[in-house]
Amino acid sequence: MKNRTKLPNIYLAFLIILMYLPVAVVIAYSFNASRQSSVWGGFSFSWYKELFSDRSLIEALKNSLIIGVLSSGIAGVIGTLGAVGMAKAALKSKGIIEYISTLPIMIPEIILGMVFMAYFSLMKLPFGMVTLVIGHASFCIPYVFMMVKARLAGIDKSLVEAARDLGASETKVFLDITLPLISPAIISGMLLAFAMSLDDVVISIFITGPRTNTLPIKIYTQLKTGVTPKINALCTMMLLCTLVLVVLANFIGRKKPVKD
Amino acid sequence: MDTILELRNITKSFGKTEVLKDISIQIGKGEFLTLLGPSGCGKTTILRIIAGLEEPDGGRVFLNGVDVTEAEPNKRDVNTVFQNYALFPHMNVEDNIAYGLRIRKTDKKEIAARVAQALELVQLSGYNKRYPHELSGGQKQRVAIARAIVNNPKVLLLDEPLGALDLQLRRQMQMELKRLQKRLGITFVYITHDQEEAINMSDRIAVMRDGVFEQIGTPAQVYDLPKTSYVAEFVGNANLIHGRTIEIKDGVASIEAAGGLVKATVRDKQPVPGMEVTLAVRSENIKLYTCSSQTGIKCRLKEISFAGGMQKIFLQLEDGTEVVSSSLGMNLAFEPNSELYMSFDANHGVLVDL
Repeated sequence: MKNRTKLPNIYLAFLIILMYLPVAVVIAYSFNASRQSSVWGGFSFSWYKELFSDRSLIEALKNSLIIGVLSSGIAGVIGTLGAVGMAKAALKSKGIIEYISTLPIMIPEIILGMVFMAYFSLMKLPFGMVTLVIGHASFCIPYVFMMVKARLAGIDKSLVEAARDLGASETKVFLDITLPLISPAIISGMLLAFAMSLDDVVISIFITGPRTNTLPIKIYTQLKTGVTPKINALCTMMLLCTLVLVVLANFIGRKKPVKD
Repeated sequence: MDTILELRNITKSFGKTEVLKDISIQIGKGEFLTLLGPSGCGKTTILRIIAGLEEPDGGRVFLNGVDVTEAEPNKRDVNTVFQNYALFPHMNVEDNIAYGLRIRKTDKKEIAARVAQALELVQLSGYNKRYPHELSGGQKQRVAIARAIVNNPKVLLLDEPLGALDLQLRRQMQMELKRLQKRLGITFVYITHDQEEAINMSDRIAVMRDGVFEQIGTPAQVYDLPKTSYVAEFVGNANLIHGRTIEIKDGVASIEAAGGLVKATVRDKQPVPGMEVTLAVRSENIKLYTCSSQTGIKCRLKEISFAGGMQKIFLQLEDGTEVVSSSLGMNLAFEPNSELYMSFDANHGVLVDL
């Protein structure tokens, strides 16, 4: 009996350690005063100081945030409208259209990146922020679309009918009933999209311009020239941001009652 | 009585299934009309057509004399209490009830007053700030009713509003709904598949079957004088006996059935002698004798059961027809498997399907 209850716990502990030990090491070494990662030279904030004084890194972070916010915002609007529209449409080809809309998630990033690059140069768009935002927004749309679609499927149709029955026009029903009920899905879809945009390297490398760096690209190129514990500090900071976002998304999702 | 709602020759099909076949009815102001029928008979579709949530394939809907067949649901002075209540989960009780008034841009003070009044009417004062998920089934039901009646609709549509409640609560809500309807004077169109509920509450009952009205009448008419064998069975749980008319004299038809002779009063439709007829007799009107008299059918006692102070005697006629007789009390006067004679007064035998 005892073995039966213990074994799953050991397995679980093992998995958690496997997943989070590297993260913990990175966080710990971001406070390491020594330059060598194999030696513990005492506690220090010096890498954080250096991080915030590295202007090119801050610039890359700024770019990444701008791209993340804009592309997840655009994806939020297009994905939501798409999901709401598809839910109402009575098309025969609905299934196919829905499948095509979510395809970008399954297409290998390297192919997407090449396609984007070819397309943007055909369009004669200047490579840089504009192409990055357009590219990111288009691979972010499926995340919002899928989240909102799943949520819409769970909403009782009679709620819409009840609102219509009580005198609401179709627009009013959308604003008063549908939108508040799907907003947790929109927000979590957008947060997911934001996270996807923030850590994308492959597609970004193809569509970025000569003078535009995003944070992941910057980190990647820096790794090639040698790792400094500054990267550890940067990772810790990004981890903190992600954590805040996740907690926020959870909080928003939980605050509103979903079903009666 | 002034007509407030009229359905004229409504037809509706979903794909190849004909759900409504030429439905016509006039509903009076302040009337409590029940659409009674088994699930799938089309009663919910009628309600949805009145509310504007479904468009009929043919026919017209008139509300207060105005043709509203093509009007959007939000442009009709009709409100619905949905089967699953359909309360807005992200709004509290107060906001749910005020929703219709807010859309009509009613004055804020008036909204507050009318919401309070509606809550009092359904005995939920003080529940203003609760969310639907914090309410019990019965309370949700009351909120749904309050949300509809607060708008003072010309007609209130109720789609099996008590279906999800337990028996005791259902009985209580039946009384309350009926009282509410009398007090407000609003026309109710009520859907149920429970004949007891229909008889308890309605001014008129429209018995439905496969997209047509089998009979429309007061509860007494539908219960005591069913027009068809279907209504007799569904509403009155009546026994059906098949036979042949022998003669008609002084408004009473003599009928030969299962080797015996019974009599039935002839009403609006006349049978001809020699005609195959069906008789509906409710179980409480059947009398049993141990010896033959002039009228009566020979039968065999199969089983006796007791329930709720009622004694039910299951009988079988010689042609195999099963008949149930019931009486109050538990005095067991007959032996199982004994041979008896059943009879009934002529005015308790109703000729159906004529």
